[in-house]
Amino acid sequence: MRNLAIFVLGGAALLALPHGLSFSQQEILVFLTLNILLVSSYRLLTLTGEWSLAHVVIMGVGAYASAIYTKELGIWVPVSILLGGATAALLAVLLSFPLFRMKGFYFLIGSFAAGEIIRLLWKRFRDPFGGAKGIKGIDPMPDFSIGIYDFDFFEPISYYYLSCAVVAVCLWILWRIERSPVGLTFHAVHWQDRLAEASGVNLRAYRTLAFSIASGFAGISGALMAHYVGTINPNSFDVDLMVFVLTWAIVGGTATFYGPILGCVVLTVLNEIVLREMGFEQMRPLIYGLIMILSILFLPKGLESLVQKIAGKRPGKDTPERSPAQ
Amino acid sequence: MLDLLAQTGLNAVYAASYISLIAVGLVLIFGVMGVINFAHGELYMAGAYTVVLLYTDLAVPFFVAVAAGLIFVGCLGLAMERALFRPLRDNPLGGLVASIGFLMILQALAVMGFGVRMEHIPPVTQSVIEFSDRVRLPVARLYVIVAAVVLLTALWVFLKKTRFGWALRAAAQDPEAAALQGISINQTARIAMFIGAGLAGIAGALTAPLVSVNPHMGHSVIVTAFIVIIVGGVGSLEGAVVASVAYALVHTFVTTFYDGVIADIVGLSLMLLVLIIKPTGLFGSADRA
Repeated sequence: MRNLAIFVLGGAALLALPHGLSFSQQEILVFLTLNILLVSSYRLLTLTGEWSLAHVVIMGVGAYASAIYTKELGIWVPVSILLGGATAALLAVLLSFPLFRMKGFYFLIGSFAAGEIIRLLWKRFRDPFGGAKGIKGIDPMPDFSIGIYDFDFFEPISYYYLSCAVVAVCLWILWRIERSPVGLTFHAVHWQDRLAEASGVNLRAYRTLAFSIASGFAGISGALMAHYVGTINPNSFDVDLMVFVLTWAIVGGTATFYGPILGCVVLTVLNEIVLREMGFEQMRPLIYGLIMILSILFLPKGLESLVQKIAGKRPGKDTPERSPAQ
Repeated sequence: MLDLLAQTGLNAVYAASYISLIAVGLVLIFGVMGVINFAHGELYMAGAYTVVLLYTDLAVPFFVAVAAGLIFVGCLGLAMERALFRPLRDNPLGGLVASIGFLMILQALAVMGFGVRMEHIPPVTQSVIEFSDRVRLPVARLYVIVAAVVLLTALWVFLKKTRFGWALRAAAQDPEAAALQGISINQTARIAMFIGAGLAGIAGALTAPLVSVNPHMGHSVIVTAFIVIIVGGVGSLEGAVVASVAYALVHTFVTTFYDGVIADIVGLSLMLLVLIIKPTGLFGSADRA
């Protein structure tokens, strides 16, 4: 009963949220929603203990794939968004063959190299990727009406509602995966890899599974972004955005499901709303960098540890304690 | 054809010089401190901007500006060690994140101080050594080559022949055992950071008149340095130098005969290949990471 009330109130708040904001803030809200999916999918990968630097490029794979499917093959946009996610997941399976020969630091650097190679391929080959200028004029979501509300996808509010719905479903799936035996195995792969292997768990297969699921959802997030913005190019998915994703995850903390989401929301609000409105335009990266340093120095377990402290937290019975930085 | 080969070879030697200065610094920091310094490209940028400020704006002699660049960036390294890497010593991922934060701060400072535009730096010297009609080496590039050879030799002597060098190598191999022998870990970390950062700084200072100086120049440099230290073997100084030469040769020749983007792809693919076949690199041992 209490859960239902929270659910209804939360849903109503999410529906009402964009109406109090300016147009540009509504646009930021759309990106925030997509970034939440991006960073949550990233967390699924970190469950197995691997930190990738290719996640944003994989998101781009979803965006490029979906854009090309609609443009070249004329596939209906909602279907091609899902296909974009599937393409990203498939590419992750392919990438897993070279990348999962490595672990830890080497995986980090290896994934970075793989991501940069993909980005350079987009840049080099004008057909079909559009070269350095990227793909322009990507088909928008077709407008539709559900009786009480007309979706007009040039309006950020409409796109916000759509992406909210998609992201909510994706987050629910990610949540279910984590709570399933598969998710528990991911934990085991990270914390007890020898023991897990001795118990007959195929480590490589589970790492690949986590990598491809995470990549699939990142791809959906990228495809949603491509059909909203309308143009994508190799620089939309560069290291800068990857650094942000890494920061959200680390500042928020990765021990809980909500940690990275919290990090993403808090830092985005701080970055876009507070700093931009206050006119610190040029100083924003500086302040952002300071926040990163201060939070890793003084809050190494992330914002979620603050939340747990305030909530008078009982020690997590289902998520083992993990520090974000190993 | 022979001319073209010789000219490309010369270009490769020049590229190898400044790449190895940067990569050796990165390896030294990683070896002693165990952190990947993502801000290394921005230390290089800071060296270049020291020259912009002193040589271009204040008309200080070029080599004084270069020396100032080495010392200033070395001190930046000391500050990083004290403020970031020392508190985060047991937390390599934390060190990496902190260095990314530091990178953003340095970039923002450069943008605020100098603007995003490319800086124009008057050439230090116009003279060119002509080997033949089409094989020429600008003297400004020769400075970089000479500096790299001298500095890297000096570093090698320092590491292999002096007591500090012994201490440094011991701390890199096994910090705890070194501490038990009375070697100050903080002291060796300071020396490694000063040298590592200083090398990046002098590379930036010397190449400032030859490249486009802008607040984002560190990005491509750090990617190159990563490739080099992976191919050479993380933690191996000799490996970093050899890999710099190999990478510079491959990259310069592919750029000349195909194009720059393909050269980047080839470089990254080489690194991926090394990671797959021999993750410890050509000269690496499995000690660290």
